[in-house]
Amino acid sequence: MKAPVLKQGNYLIASIQAALSDADLTQLCEALITDVGRYRSRGVIVDVTALDVMDSFSSRTINQLAHMVKLRGAETVIVGIQPEVAFAMVQLGLTLTSVTTALDLEEGLGYLDRWQQRRSVRNGR
Amino acid sequence: MDADRRVSIRTDRDIVEARQQGRILALEIGFSPGDATVISAAISEIARNIFQYAGQGEISLLGVERGERQGVQVVGTDHGPGIRDLHKCMMDGYSTSGSLGLGLPGAKRLMDEFEVDSRLGFGTTITMRKWRR
Repeated sequence: MKAPVLKQGNYLIASIQAALSDADLTQLCEALITDVGRYRSRGVIVDVTALDVMDSFSSRTINQLAHMVKLRGAETVIVGIQPEVAFAMVQLGLTLTSVTTALDLEEGLGYLDRWQQRRSVRNGR
Repeated sequence: MDADRRVSIRTDRDIVEARQQGRILALEIGFSPGDATVISAAISEIARNIFQYAGQGEISLLGVERGERQGVQVVGTDHGPGIRDLHKCMMDGYSTSGSLGLGLPGAKRLMDEFEVDSRLGFGTTITMRKWRR
């Protein structure tokens, strides 16, 4: 499995372990959208630390993932974009518009905890 | 310099193979990991263009020298339909496939030299180079 999905509490954590083909990435996103419903997850973290390159296809796919996850009532955080990957993304003109990013898994989990708290307060739960 | 390395592009996995071979070559030539990633990303874009628009083709990778400078040359070749409006294809946000339209202009920004030779009905050759700083 190139990107195992772990369930941790209310969150799903997908950690990409190797370079993914376009089909692999699409498959991962489809699995995550389904799993958000299956496990009633409130947040999705995609750990891209091991991803070799973020190009126009992967950026678009991850943007779409985040958008779809939001429509399913959860929040997505991308963690672990490496400095050289970020550098190449900026030169390519790529932006992750509807996605929250965080430095690493710990920061990502912290963000989701705060996001969930805010939402609970707003909903009076 | 060594003979060029060729990666034929037939499936989406070959896009990954081409960009990984490009990274290996760039590192061998002495590019920084950052520049190797930049080269790798540019290869990914043109390899996907081959796969998406021509169905199949080839990426060839070569270490090159010009005077004192060392660099990497990437040539993407296909015998697909060719590019109808090259001027538009080099503009950010133009796409005929619903993609972001950043592939070719993005790859151009990543590399130092970028040439497109496309003939309708015959195919497209993209040659790009990056020089070591």
